Amino acid sequence: MITFEDVTKRYRDGTVAVDDLSMEVPTGAITVFVGPSGCGKTTSLRMINRMIDATSGRITLDGQDVREIDPATLRRGIGYVIQQAGLFPHRKIVDNVATVPYLLGWNKKKARARAMELLELVGLDPGLARRYPFQLSGGQQQRVGVARALAADPPVLLMDEPFSAVDPIVRASLQDELLRLQSELRKTIVFVTHDIDEAVKLGDTVAVLRVGGRLAQMAGPATLLTEPADDFVREFLGRDRGIRRLSFISAKEVRLSPAPSDLETDENGGPLGWRTADGLAAYGTFNPETDSLRVALDAALLSPNGTAVAVDEEGRVRGVAGRDAIDELLAEYAPPAAGPARGGASGSGGGSSSGAGDSEGAPA
Amino acid sequence: MTEEPLVRWDWIARNWANGGPTAISALLENHVVMAFLPVLFGLVVALPLGLACVRWRWLYQPTVALMNVTYSLPSLVLFSIFLSITGLTRSTVVIPLTFFALAVLIPAVVDGLASVPDPVRQSAVAMGFRPVRRLLRVELPVAVPVVLAGLRVATVSSISLVSVGALIGQGGLGNLFIDGWQRQFYTPIVVGIVLIVVLAVLADGLLVLAQRLLTPWSRARRTA
Ligand SMILES: Nc1ncnc2c1ncn2[C@@H]1O[C@H](COP(=O)(O)OP(=O)(O)OP(=O)(O)O)[C@@H](O)[C@H]1O
Ligand SMILES: [Mg+2]
Repeated sequence: MITFEDVTKRYRDGTVAVDDLSMEVPTGAITVFVGPSGCGKTTSLRMINRMIDATSGRITLDGQDVREIDPATLRRGIGYVIQQAGLFPHRKIVDNVATVPYLLGWNKKKARARAMELLELVGLDPGLARRYPFQLSGGQQQRVGVARALAADPPVLLMDEPFSAVDPIVRASLQDELLRLQSELRKTIVFVTHDIDEAVKLGDTVAVLRVGGRLAQMAGPATLLTEPADDFVREFLGRDRGIRRLSFISAKEVRLSPAPSDLETDENGGPLGWRTADGLAAYGTFNPETDSLRVALDAALLSPNGTAVAVDEEGRVRGVAGRDAIDELLAEYAPPAAGPARGGASGSGGGSSSGAGDSEGAPA
Repeated sequence: MTEEPLVRWDWIARNWANGGPTAISALLENHVVMAFLPVLFGLVVALPLGLACVRWRWLYQPTVALMNVTYSLPSLVLFSIFLSITGLTRSTVVIPLTFFALAVLIPAVVDGLASVPDPVRQSAVAMGFRPVRRLLRVELPVAVPVVLAGLRVATVSSISLVSVGALIGQGGLGNLFIDGWQRQFYTPIVVGIVLIVVLAVLADGLLVLAQRLLTPWSRARRTA
């Protein structure tokens, strides 16, 4: 576990980048630092591996003050990924990935073998190993950056806006990849971003920082979306908080009914469409085992009769969920009714940035 | 009587290797030595000095200013200054040329280190490189293309500048010019010019080759 205890960083010119920050970063989970530009995210991150030393307060890693650990030794035990990847241009990909193992004194053969394993782990063609960084695309370079950070199997990984320099499609696939890796590796990850959607997607815990380096709120993404601590956090979260929160509710509990006879299926039991007078109409599907309530609702909205089709992994129809079934679950997850200041602020004016105000009030 | 030809091949044949100190081959050898020593010394001095200028930034401006003043002095002036100290020896040519090389190489080393992208430097720190190792394994290798570009300029200008040393009898192939002018005999002059150009082209070519071998990652970047 990483803890910040009353940590303050004042730069030589007087800028207070981080102000009296106290928090606990849980082991084996992704903690996201999010906040507007200049709010001290990078500074906070770099104080963990001592690229920046705190002015006052202390940071501990598994109970030990990081200032008592030799910086180079500390850093070799902490993976670090930055926005521009920062690969060494003069080294082949395989040697870039093997950087920390080399520093730790592994022999070349073992270090390279490990590097090849990692390239595969992050989903890169091993044929890229002999190339130089400039011969890779931005997305590939970022993957190499992640592989390099993981090479010596450090328990902690620091990531500073690692995916913000690539286009949205590549970014989404890198995010999915990170979640997949994390489900295998269970590292303690501190992830910095200024993109709240990324924070909510990746974070087990999200720490929202405000300018001046003060912690505004630290919570799980679902809680953050329903119960922002104040106007700053609410504003920062942006629109559609209610809908976005549905992504964190599993569709497993949606009550399924047997498929009605007007749902046409193929010989394998896969859905073909709703039978109507004019032929087959569109349908939407969700997998209750793996999908969220948001996907189920989306599936319901795609069908003319408002009924979502539940399918299993092989795509066979398992049942259907009408809007009433979905609504039952929505009611169950309604935010707590007692939310004094919050209800008031979002109730007024549909044009405010707290666009999810109505969905908060309605079920209460 | 036929007109004097521009090049008298028989003179070249007789003087190529006549065993004496004025043989063309001996002058060529001298020229090579006197052109390369300053570059070598320059590089040996410029590396630590350049590093110092990067480490202590305030050093850079005064150092470059001093080197530029030296560079702006006509080489002849510099030669005569050293003439009073080192006499009619090779040193009188090699020392001033070392200063000229430094004027090119110190900025090359400083610019080279400045060319290391910030993310590269930072990720080296974050991976756990200690300062000396980071310098030797990351920063200097990444600086090589810029330093080599400076080295090419320094080498070629050194090869051409050596000839001025002929004025004190230590000019390598430059001695052929003086010989030629004095006798109004063009063959030595042509031989001198051709050999100096060939030498410069050859040295430059070798450095380009070295660059390709040393930094395959940078050549490919340019063609990519
Ligand atoms: N070396 C420095 N000297 C002085 N001030 C600095 C220094 N580095 C950062 N700052 C200031 O400290 C504050 C926090 O900077 P930091 O880089 O931690 O922000 P950030 O949250 O990472 O921002 P961004 O999202 O833009 O990367 C900013 O106001 C910045 O200008
Ligand atoms: Mg930053």
